Amino acid sequence: MKQIDSYPHKPKTVKPDVRQTQSAGGNFTDRLKAYRDQHAQSFFSSLGRLFSTPFTSTMTIGVLALAIALASGFYLVVVNLQQLTTGLEASNQISLFLRDEISEAHANKYADNIRKKPNIQHVKVITKKQAMAEFKDFSGFGDAIEVLEKNPLPIVIEVLPKDALVDKEALTQLFEDFKQSAEVDFAQMDMAWVERLQSIVSTARLSAILLAILLGLAVFFIAGNTIRLEIHNRRQEIIIAKLVGATNGFIQRPFLYTGFWIGFLSGVAGWFIATSMLLILRQSVENLSGLYKGAFHLMFFSYSETFFLLTLSTTLAVVGSWIVLHFQIKQLQPE
Amino acid sequence: MLKFENVYKRYAETGDVLKNVNFHLKQGEIAFLTGHSGAGKSTVLKLIAVMERATRGDIVLDGQKLSAIKERHVPYIRRKMGFIYQDYKLLQDRTVFDNVALPLVIAGYGHQEVSRRVRAALDKVGLLGKEKKLPLGLSGGEQQRVGIARAVVNKPPMIIADEPTGNLDPELSAEIMALFEQFQNVGVTILIASHDISLIQKMNHRVLQLDHGQLVVG
Repeated sequence: MKQIDSYPHKPKTVKPDVRQTQSAGGNFTDRLKAYRDQHAQSFFSSLGRLFSTPFTSTMTIGVLALAIALASGFYLVVVNLQQLTTGLEASNQISLFLRDEISEAHANKYADNIRKKPNIQHVKVITKKQAMAEFKDFSGFGDAIEVLEKNPLPIVIEVLPKDALVDKEALTQLFEDFKQSAEVDFAQMDMAWVERLQSIVSTARLSAILLAILLGLAVFFIAGNTIRLEIHNRRQEIIIAKLVGATNGFIQRPFLYTGFWIGFLSGVAGWFIATSMLLILRQSVENLSGLYKGAFHLMFFSYSETFFLLTLSTTLAVVGSWIVLHFQIKQLQPE
Repeated sequence: MLKFENVYKRYAETGDVLKNVNFHLKQGEIAFLTGHSGAGKSTVLKLIAVMERATRGDIVLDGQKLSAIKERHVPYIRRKMGFIYQDYKLLQDRTVFDNVALPLVIAGYGHQEVSRRVRAALDKVGLLGKEKKLPLGLSGGEQQRVGIARAVVNKPPMIIADEPTGNLDPELSAEIMALFEQFQNVGVTILIASHDISLIQKMNHRVLQLDHGQLVVG
């Protein structure tokens, strides 16, 4: 063993702040650099640690990714459903299908009469020709209709009652009046089915939100539990670090980065799963949409939604880890 | 450097473990802390490491009252002490270099400084060249020297050793003790808990003897 020739220890004067007595050497920039290096080291070594136990990591991230995919997939379904109902304002529009024998002139006169009523905001007459053109455009049966000799479509009068007429009974009364009138073959109030569709969508949306909250909590708890196991596995290391003067912050750092990676990687994997599911569905949705002349396009995650998804999954995992760390690291005391 | 003033330690279950303990270790002094098992040796060490707090009395380390230290400042106090253990307490999955570097990394030293100091510490304990080995690949005496290198790498003013030679044969024990004396020569204060009477008698150093929680020789 070599002779110790330099061990520069001078008697120290009393300093009020403990933290200043044994801080690292070097000036402020050196220390800042060392601090940054420590973070970078934790950042990458925690990722390396995940890769060094591929089986465990895959299991954990797989479970989290499925939870995230389920929540975000359901969200996408709702977004797509909502797309169907946009533009379908909760209108109380009434469609009057006139009898076949009613002429266009007669129809216009009848429409004028309706216009005169005080509680009517707007009346629009759709002639047989217009109805046919519209039908050709949107039904997908355009070619078949060409074959018909006679236009089978009736004249339609669209009646929009005044906004003030929100009273259900008054509206129903108006609707009944139209039904009774001689010109009308069949009357239809649009509101009912729009309302039904919208309530289905809003139920789905609420379910999606509830599901997202539950699965978000799952991410939070699973990440926390993973970190708890990790703390347990590295118990000895934590205690030794405490004995040689590590602060709780120092000890927590690599675990927090582990939480970060778990959350981030699960978010990425969940995004891929949900997007793949949608890609599988796309063909059949496009076929369906084709039948309606492409009125509907499948929507995927937008950039901002992707960003939000990754931020949320990462945040949940980091917060879950942090809470577990906060309580467990304090408890672990050297013996 | 280390002063115990009327220190009492009482546990709810076992009553007074330390009763009115007084001693003062000056800078550069070596002392053995001895006594039968249960006499309170490990309690004294725990109090110094601030793993426990004294029930009454003051412990002053390097001018600081340990009873007044806040929990979050405890890590900084521990950086002033190098601890050496009977079971070495090394990280088995880290190299010798990483084990010795730990206190420096914790204290926030830069990469080059860490590297330089770790080599210097390993050189002092005669383990230079074994940086890349894992602790399990070393003999007991070598592992203990890794522990010593880790304890001194941060150049603490005080070293505390708990049965440092407990697992070593007399020859290796003597080597470790010689190492301690070298640190003493450069001004480090050293407290060694031990009940190796023959070793204590061979070395001509101060002895603090505890008996049922009281200091009988000191």
